[in-house]
Amino acid sequence: MTNTMDDIEQAKAILVIGSNTTEAHPIIGLRIKKAVMQNDCKLIVAEPRHIRLCYYADKWLQHMPGTDVALLNGMMNVIIAEGLYDEKFVHERCDGFDELAELVKEYTPERAAEITGVAAEDIREAARTFANADCAAIIYAMGITQHTTGTDNVVTVANLSMLTGNIGKPGAGVNPLRGQNNVQGACDMGALPNVFTGYRPVTDEDVRKKFEEAWGVELPSEPGLTATAMMDAAAKGDIKAMYIVGENPMMSDANLHHAEAALKNLDFLVVQDIFLTETAELADVVLPASSFAEKEGTFSATDRRVQRVRKAVELPGEARADNEIVAEISKRMGYDMGDVTPSRVMDEIASLTPHYGGISHARLDEGITIHWPCPDAEHPGTPILHTKQFTRGKGWFCPVEFVPPAEVADSEYPLVLTTGRVLWQYHTGTMTRKVDGINEIDPHGKVWISPFDAEKLGVESGKEVQVSTRRGEINIEAMVTERMPEGVIFIPFHYVEAAANTLTNDAVDPVSKVPEFKVSAAKVLVK
Amino acid sequence: MEQINVEIDGTSCTGPKGSTILDIAKANDIYIPTLCYDPRMEPYGACRLCLVEVEGARGLLPACYAEATDGMVVKTTTEKLERIRKTLVELLLSDHDMECQGCAKSGRCELQELANRYGITESPFVGEKHEYVEHVENPFVMRDYNKCIMCGRCIRICREVQGVGVYDFINRGFKAIPGTPYDKPMQETPCEFCGQCISTCPTGSLKAKPYEGDGRVAARDMLRNACAFFKMSEEDMMEALGLQGWKVRTTCAYCGCGCQLDLHVIDNKVVEVTSPKMVGSGQGNLCVKGRFGYDFIASDERLRKPLVRKGKKLVETSWDEALDLVASKLSGIKKKSGADSIAVLSSARATNEDNYLIQKFTRAVVGTNNVDHCARL
Ligand code: SF4
Ligand code: SF4
Repeated sequence: MTNTMDDIEQAKAILVIGSNTTEAHPIIGLRIKKAVMQNDCKLIVAEPRHIRLCYYADKWLQHMPGTDVALLNGMMNVIIAEGLYDEKFVHERCDGFDELAELVKEYTPERAAEITGVAAEDIREAARTFANADCAAIIYAMGITQHTTGTDNVVTVANLSMLTGNIGKPGAGVNPLRGQNNVQGACDMGALPNVFTGYRPVTDEDVRKKFEEAWGVELPSEPGLTATAMMDAAAKGDIKAMYIVGENPMMSDANLHHAEAALKNLDFLVVQDIFLTETAELADVVLPASSFAEKEGTFSATDRRVQRVRKAVELPGEARADNEIVAEISKRMGYDMGDVTPSRVMDEIASLTPHYGGISHARLDEGITIHWPCPDAEHPGTPILHTKQFTRGKGWFCPVEFVPPAEVADSEYPLVLTTGRVLWQYHTGTMTRKVDGINEIDPHGKVWISPFDAEKLGVESGKEVQVSTRRGEINIEAMVTERMPEGVIFIPFHYVEAAANTLTNDAVDPVSKVPEFKVSAAKVLVK
Repeated sequence: MEQINVEIDGTSCTGPKGSTILDIAKANDIYIPTLCYDPRMEPYGACRLCLVEVEGARGLLPACYAEATDGMVVKTTTEKLERIRKTLVELLLSDHDMECQGCAKSGRCELQELANRYGITESPFVGEKHEYVEHVENPFVMRDYNKCIMCGRCIRICREVQGVGVYDFINRGFKAIPGTPYDKPMQETPCEFCGQCISTCPTGSLKAKPYEGDGRVAARDMLRNACAFFKMSEEDMMEALGLQGWKVRTTCAYCGCGCQLDLHVIDNKVVEVTSPKMVGSGQGNLCVKGRFGYDFIASDERLRKPLVRKGKKLVETSWDEALDLVASKLSGIKKKSGADSIAVLSSARATNEDNYLIQKFTRAVVGTNNVDHCARL
C-alpha cells in the first residue's frame, strides 16, 4: 500500500475494485465502513458479485470478471473529457499524459459499457465522484492481480490514481491488499526469483557484490524461476528437487492436476510444515516446523508496517523452529549460517537492506510503529510513499488496451467461474478448518449461482451439482443467490473435498506470472 | 496540532484541541470511572459515572463527551461526585448477581472493579431481579442477560464499528435487553462472529464460548478470581506468582492486516485470544479468524516428528537421519544436474527472518535464484 490502514479513514472517496474487503481483510473493511459511515466518504465498489461492501456503497459497478481495464479506461475517458483530472499533478509529476489521453479516448463510457456490462451513466457518475473528491484512495486485491492481464490491471489502477493526483497525500493512494499475513514481508525479504532483500535485482552487480561480501560466497546472477514456472519445469523434468516451506501448492495452485503431476515427477521433495498437508503427503522427507505462536520474529503487514511475532508456547513434540532447520541443512551442506536467533537475523537484514536499515527487534519492542522505508535507527518510518517524487523521479502513465481473459465462456462451457475467499476460512484451510466453531458455521464449500442460471439449469440450493472446466471437475453443493450476476459462478478455494483449483486456469500473466484464478469457462450439471 | 491546557485535580495537563476531558485525563494518567465508554466508539454519555465538576459550568459534565477547553479547571473526585457514583453502582448491582466467584469475567469485570472501589458488597436497593436463560445457541457468542447493565456497548460496537447492527434494545421497561431481531439465534442474523461485542462488554454478560466452560480455562478463572479477591491486576498477580509470560503480544497469522493479539497462555496452551485496545492497525478489533481461529496451534494433527518415505509410506525418523538425507540429496542433485535443477518455495506465512534465511540458503548454499513464495496464488 502507498498509504496506511489508519489513513483510509481520511479518504473522501474510495474505489474498491477486485477486493471483497470485509471478508478477506476484515479490519481494513472496518476502516472503509468507518470512512463511509462517519466521515462522509463516497464509496465506489467495482465487483461482479454483490459483496457486503455494496451495502455501504454510493455506487456499485457490477462489471464482468476480467474487464477491469475497460472499466477503468472508461472512467479515465470521462475524467479527461470533462477536464476533471489534476492538471498540476499530471504536469509536474508525470510523463506520458498525451499517450494516455490518446488511448482512453477510444474508451467512451458507451464502449466500456458494452465490454463490462455496466451502464454508461454509472461509469460517468463513478468517474466524477472519484475525480471530484479532495483525496481518493483505490483499494484492490487479488481480483485485480489474478488475471492473465493482472499487470495491465495494476498499471491501469495506477494511471487512474496519478491522473487524479491521488499519490503521495493522506487519504489517497494505490493500496493493494496482500492476501496472506506476510506476503509483504516475504517479498521484502527477497523470497523472489529476481531480487534480493529490498527489491534489488540479482542482475545488478553492485548489489550482488554487497551480498557476496556479506555471505562470503559467489552468487548466481541469472534470475530464477517463479513458483508457477517451477511447476512447469518440474513437470518437464528440468527441476529435479524442491524444498517447500509452509506452502501448499497442492491446494493453492491453479489447475491442481498439473501441480500434482509436477510434484510427482520430482526426484526429491522436502516439505517443511506444521501439518501433513496435501503437498506434504507427496514428499520424500517431511520436517515438522513451528507455527507463529512458537517463535520470535516479525511480520510485515500489507501497509509496510513491521510488527513483532513472539513466542507464546513451546513447540509440540520434536518439532523445531524454521530458522534452526534451515541452518542445520545449510551446515550439513557445508555452509555455516552462524547465529540464527531472529533478532540477530533482523540485524543482518537491516545491515543489507536500506528499507529495513533502522528496524531492530529492540526498537519494535519499545512499541514504536514503523512502516518501511526506514533507513536508520533514528528514522520514524514512512507511512505515505511518494510524497515528493516517485521512485524513478516522474510517474509514468502507461496506457493499456483491454484484452479479454485467456478463456471466455462459449457454448460448451457457458459460465464464467471466479474464485475467492469467505470470511470464515483462510487460504487452503489447513488452519481454519481445524477450528470447531468455524466448522459449525461453515462446514463445507458451495458453488454460488444466480437465480437466473439456476432456473435455466434446474439447480436448487442445497443440492449437489457437478462443476467442470477444461481442467477437471468437482462435485459441490449449490447455493442459489441474488448476489451473483447472470452467467457467473463463484467457488471459494478453501475446501479440499471440493477444491476449486482443480478447475482454475493456469494460464499466467506474462509479466507477473500470476495465474488467472478469477476467470475460467465452466459448466454446471445437475446430478 | 494546537495544544490546550487544562487543570485536572490541581495538576496541569495538556492535550490536543478537540479532546474530551476524559481523553486528556487518560493521557495524563488521571482515573475517571466509566462504564459505557470504549475508545473505539463515539462517546455515549449514558452511564453518568464519568460526571465531573467543571469550574463555572452549570451542573456536572460527562467527561467522556464534554470537550475540554483551554484554561478549564476540572475536579474528578469530590465527595459529591463519589457519592453519586457509588449510588449509581449500587443501583446497577441491585439487579446483578453478586456471586462473582462463579463468573468467568471475575477479575476483569468493569462493574466488579467499581463495586470494589466503592466497597459495595451488597446493594442497599432490593427489587425485582431478572431471570433470563442464557443464550448458547451458536459456537462463539454466549449471552447471559442477567449480567447485562444496559450500557449499549454491544449494540453500538456492532453498529458503529462493525457496521452490521445485529443487536438493538428489544422489549420495554424492566424487560428491555440488547437482543437480536425477534430474538433470533445469532447464526440467523448477519452476525460475522467477530466477537467485537464480547470485547467491549464490561460485565460477564457476553462471553466467548470457545474460551469458556471447558476444563482448560479453569486455572485461568481461578487466577482471575484471586485477582478480584486481592484486588490485584492480572499482570501484578502473574508477576507475583512468577508467571510473567502468560499474556504474549504478537501479530495475527492470518491475513495481511496485521492485527495485534494477546495470546493468553496457561500450561503451554493458548486459552484465549484478545486484542489490546487502540494498539496497532486493528485498534483492538479482530475478525472471527483472529479471535477464534487459533485452535490449530494445539491441534492433535500437528507434525511432531520428522517423516521419511519408505516405499509408499511416510514413516517417523530422527532429525539427524532426516536432515542428513535432505542435505545429501540436495548436494547430490546439485552436483549431478546443477544448482538450477533445485527450487525452493518459501512461505508467505513465515516470519521475515525465516524468509530471509530461506532465500539466503537458496542463493548462497544451493547456488540458484530459484526461490519464490505464493504471493501470486
Ligand atoms: S459478533 Fe460481531 S457481528 Fe456478531 S453481534 Fe457481535 S459485534 Fe455484531
Ligand atoms: S484478526 Fe482478522 S483482520 Fe486481523 S489480521 Fe487476523 S485475520 Fe486479518
